[in-house]
Formats: sequence, C-alpha cells, structure tokens
Amino acid sequence: MLEIKNLHASIDGKKILKGINLKINTGEVHAIMGPNGSGKSTLAQILAGREDYEITKGEIIYEGKNLLEMSPEDRAREGIFLAFQYPVEIPGVSNTNLLKTALNEIRKYRGLEEVDAMEFLSLIKEKTKLVELDQQLLSRSVNEGFSGGEKKRNEIFQMAVLEPKLAILDETDSGLDIDALKIVAKGVNTIKSKDNAVVVVTHYQRLLNYIIPDFVHVLYQGQIVKSGGKELAFELEEKGYDWVKEEKNELVTN
Amino acid sequence: MNDIKEIKNQYLKSYELFENSLNGERFSSINGIRKEALSKFSDLSFPTVKDEEWKYTSIAPLLEHNFIPSFDKKHLTKNQIKKFLFESLESNVVVVINGHFSEELTNINKAPDGIEVSSIAKAISLNSPLIGKHFGKYADFSKHIFTSLSTAFTKDGVLIHIPESKIVDQPIHILFITSSENEKLLIQPRNLFVAEKNSQVTIIEHFVSINSGIYFTNTVTEIVVGENAVVDHLRIQEESKSAFHIGRMDIDQERSSNFSSHFISLGASLTRNDFNSKFNDEGGECKLNGLFLTENNQLFDVHTLIDHAKPHCNSHEHYKGILNHASRGVFNGKVIVRPDAQKTNAFQENNNIILSQEALINTKPQLEIFADDVKCSHGATIGQLNKDALFYLKSRGLGNEAARAILIHAFASDVIQSVKVKAVRNYIEEILSGKFNPPEESK
Repeated sequence: MLEIKNLHASIDGKKILKGINLKINTGEVHAIMGPNGSGKSTLAQILAGREDYEITKGEIIYEGKNLLEMSPEDRAREGIFLAFQYPVEIPGVSNTNLLKTALNEIRKYRGLEEVDAMEFLSLIKEKTKLVELDQQLLSRSVNEGFSGGEKKRNEIFQMAVLEPKLAILDETDSGLDIDALKIVAKGVNTIKSKDNAVVVVTHYQRLLNYIIPDFVHVLYQGQIVKSGGKELAFELEEKGYDWVKEEKNELVTN
Repeated sequence: MNDIKEIKNQYLKSYELFENSLNGERFSSINGIRKEALSKFSDLSFPTVKDEEWKYTSIAPLLEHNFIPSFDKKHLTKNQIKKFLFESLESNVVVVINGHFSEELTNINKAPDGIEVSSIAKAISLNSPLIGKHFGKYADFSKHIFTSLSTAFTKDGVLIHIPESKIVDQPIHILFITSSENEKLLIQPRNLFVAEKNSQVTIIEHFVSINSGIYFTNTVTEIVVGENAVVDHLRIQEESKSAFHIGRMDIDQERSSNFSSHFISLGASLTRNDFNSKFNDEGGECKLNGLFLTENNQLFDVHTLIDHAKPHCNSHEHYKGILNHASRGVFNGKVIVRPDAQKTNAFQENNNIILSQEALINTKPQLEIFADDVKCSHGATIGQLNKDALFYLKSRGLGNEAARAILIHAFASDVIQSVKVKAVRNYIEEILSGKFNPPEESK
C-alpha cells in the first residue's frame, strides 16, 4: 500500500529525515516510536502533504502512485488521513460543516453520490457514540475552546467518519488520561480492517497496550534504527531510548 | 486630468440648469440653504492626499470626469427592479431611480398608520415642518465639499418619519437604483430619517446599478434617533464597478436611544464613506459594524466618528475587510470622549484579511479621550488566511478554493451574524459564496 524509499527531507535548510525506508501493507498496524526531535512528526506531516518541508531525496509510492506529486487534498481523497498532533482551531467553521464538506468532496472525487442530510446525521450520530464525543460540540467551531482530550477525540471522530485507507495518528495519545486513551484506541480498533492500515506515531509505549501493532519502528536522528514486532515496544519501555541511541552511536563509530 | 477649476466650474454652471428644473420649488424654505451650500462649494477646494482626512484616498480619478447632475426622472418597470428585491422584504419597498423618488414603484404595505415615507422633493414643496426642523442640521456642509455639493443640489431623496411610540416591524427596504449608460450622471439622493421618542424601525439603504457605467453617487443621509427610540440601519453598497460613491451619514442620538448600523460594501471603483454619530444625551447605544470586500483596483475608504458628548453612553464598532488583487482599503475610526462624558464605554476593532501580495490596507484608530472615568479600547489586525488552518482543511479533502472560501466565510461570520435582518444576512452569505467559489454542497 505504502512504500517509502530512502526519504530525505529538510526544513529551512535543516536536515530532518535522512533516509527513511518503510513498507506498509493493508491490514497492518505500524508503530513509529522515537525520542523527541527524531523526525516522527515530520514524517507524518510529509505523508499528509505539508508543503513546508523540502524533499531532497527519495520517493513515496502510495497504491502505485507517486504520493509526493499529489496535493494534500488529493491525498485525503485517495484515503490518507492524518490525526494532527496539534489539531487546528478554526473559529467560524462548524465541525459539522467541515465534515460534511470533507465527506462529500472525497465522495465526489471517488465518483460517489453525495450524502444527503439524513444519511449524514445518522452517520454522525453513530460515530460520535463510538468516540463518546458530546454531540453538542459538533455545532461549535472546529476545535475552538475544546479541551486537549476533546481535540484528540475529535480527530479520531473525523477519522471514523471519513474511513481512510491509511490512517496516521501523530502522537494522538500525548496528554491523554487513561479513559480518553482507551476511547481513542477503541476508535482505531473499530475502523481497523484487512483493507486499511494504521500508522501510530507515539513517544510512549502506553497506547500500544490498546492498539496492538504488527510492527514497531524506532526513529532516531532521521532514520529508522530498529524495527521489530510488538515486543520491541516493551523493550523500549523498559530500557528507554538511550539504549537505541547508544546502539546507533556505536553503529556510527564502527 | 482636466483642470480641477474647470470641473468645479462645470458643477457651478449646471446649478443654473438645476434651478430651472426646480420650478416653483425654488422659492421653498430650503433654497436659502441650497444657496449657502453652493457658495461654500465654490469656496472649498477638492481634497488632496495632503489633507489628513484624505491621506490615503486620492480623488483624482473622480475629477477626471465631468459628471452631469441628473435632473430628469427615469422610469423603470417592476420587472427591471425585481432582481434587487429581497423575497421576504417585499412589503415595504421604496424605490429611488437616479436620485429621484419613484412613486409608482414604492410600496409601503406593512407599516402602522401615521408613518410617513415620502419623497424629500414632495416634503420640501409642502413645506413639511420636518424639513425645517432637521434638514441640514446634522450633516455640516461648511467644511466638506461633497456635502456642500449635495446640499446645494438638494432635490430628491427619501424622507421617513416614525411618530412617537410607533413600531415598524417590517424593515423598510430602500433601493437606490442607478440606470446610467454613458451619460456620466451625478446622482445625489438626500435622505432624512426621523424616529421619534419610543419608536422603532429598521431601514435598509441599498445602492445598486442596472448598468456597469461610470457615474457618481454622492449621497447624504441624516438620521435622528429620538429619546428611547431604536433604529437598526443597514447599508448595502453594490454600485457599478466603474462608479464613484461618496456617502455620508450623520446620526443624532437622543437620550437612551439605540442606533445600530451594518455597512456592507462591494461595489464602485472608489468609495468614500463618512459616518458620524453624536450622543446628544445620556444612555445612548451606538453600534457601527461593517464588512467590505474589494478586488481588482477598487478603493474603499471609511471614516467614522463617534462623538461621546454625554456620559453613560456605549459604542461598539467592528469593521472587517477582505482585500483581493491590487485593491486598497482605508479604515479610520475616531472616537471622541468629551470632558463630561464620564462612564463612557467605547470599543472599536478593525480586522483585515489580505488575499494577495498587491492588496493594501491603511487602518487607523483614533481615540481622543478627555474624560477620566471611561472604558475604551481599540484594535486593528491585518493578516492573511491562516496557513495551518488551510492545511488542516485540505488534509480533510477540501480543495484549495473551497478551503479558502470556508476560511473567508469564517472570518466574516461574526459581522454577518450580527446583522439582525435574516434576508440580508442570507444575501451577504450568498455574495461571499459566489465570490469565493465554494464547493457545490455548501452553497
């Protein structure tokens, strides 16, 4: 589904990603872990199409297409969804309006009929229940005045409505209490299927108790320095990132 | 550019023609005021960018044309004006064509007895006491050349009188329609709205054009808001994109009166607006809100003045500008708090969004406070569409145009939502949708 080949990226001349290689197939859950500043969020944002980064080398193939040539909106229409680490507040735009417009833009792109008001309402009702989001928040402006937890749940709610093929969660677990964390995990586990894939970017192992990854990758200084199964996450939790850092440094000195 | 003196002489010369067109009216009580204004007009100079009040607005393009005062009545059919009407506001419609009140197209169906909605020309010829009492008392022409031009050539416009304690539920929609092809008309509707004690009315001044010709609207509106009266005023300026529009509005606010105004400006190549409100007694409320959208080479200028002459009055002003292409905007909001105007609350804000590299806005709040127990604030912002918000919307599948349109809507929404008349609110939304090309489903 997704193949990242030797990806190098920089921002304002500063190199952030230094040769990422990653392959993701449908039905898989991948966790990308790593210390702060290792390039996790950069990778997530580049996948969604953020234009601030300069791709200096490498390519990304998504479903046989060159992802880097696609606009952010076309990526979304092709099924990529990024749950933002810091969801943006947009005063004056209601959550409902945003979601309905987004859903219909995506459907239109895929040659499907637009949903009517009734269908949309029942869809919304179902999905708000899933993430235990207060329906009253929907008529309010996007993320405006939402608590940290509400913002994160709103991201998962949007994901549930848009049903992406590739969902990328950028530190969705950061700052959440255990109840909110479980809700987020429930949302992800519900949409997960053999036809889609999930990438969980996280700093902590905690979320991975609830969303069980098939693969865990450790990102450090712009490269994936270690990959393994879910047990790698436990190992990291136990030994901390210093363990990986040391290994990597050894690698460099040797 | 033509010689400016020559332009002025043209206006002075056409006065003779104008006087002839007045017939018997020339002996009316206001003719003295007309003459006085004419002599002021002759003395005053056209402003240049060296004048502080006109620093960012050059009227040179206006002075390139010889505009001819529109003396003759023009007739339009019901069908021709239909497209300018609001569906739910068809019960009280006043039509003014090229500055002349149209009796045949005006229809006041839903207003209580005693309400007067008539032509200023008629009121003058009948020597209405309202004219004697209020005409020219608020819009001072002695320093303002365009007001002196309007006053000198006073012929027609709209007079609205709401007697004491009368409540007009249905808004009065005044259509100022210009129908001018190549005549380069000078159109000068002159209006007087008087809401007596405890009365209430909503008045919409709507400037539209049938053709896209070059003409010059120079309009003056005087509004008296009597004790405890409530006046909700809306002005929608949609002149031809080649036209010039100079608009002035002076509001006299009596004790505990409540005046609110919403100004939506879209049209004209050059627009200059001077809105002045004065609290003549305690307890008044004044709200001046506005939304202007400029594109191509349009220039929009609004100067407002709120005069807190008396204590315990509140004023709120909020203007928002959306500027595209190489257009320019000027916002100058002055608030004066006089020495004995204690307990004044005056809040002012101007926010602008610049959609292109070439657009320009000059914004200047001016607070002059001479009292010491007051609450006043002002703020101005100039920015672009939020990049993070744009990316967020796109990452949800919205195209660039749709995402921009949604953010522009959102930017304008608080001013739009503060418009009380639903039909007008919807109309502004429609205009925004049409302009910024949103996705099909949100239309």
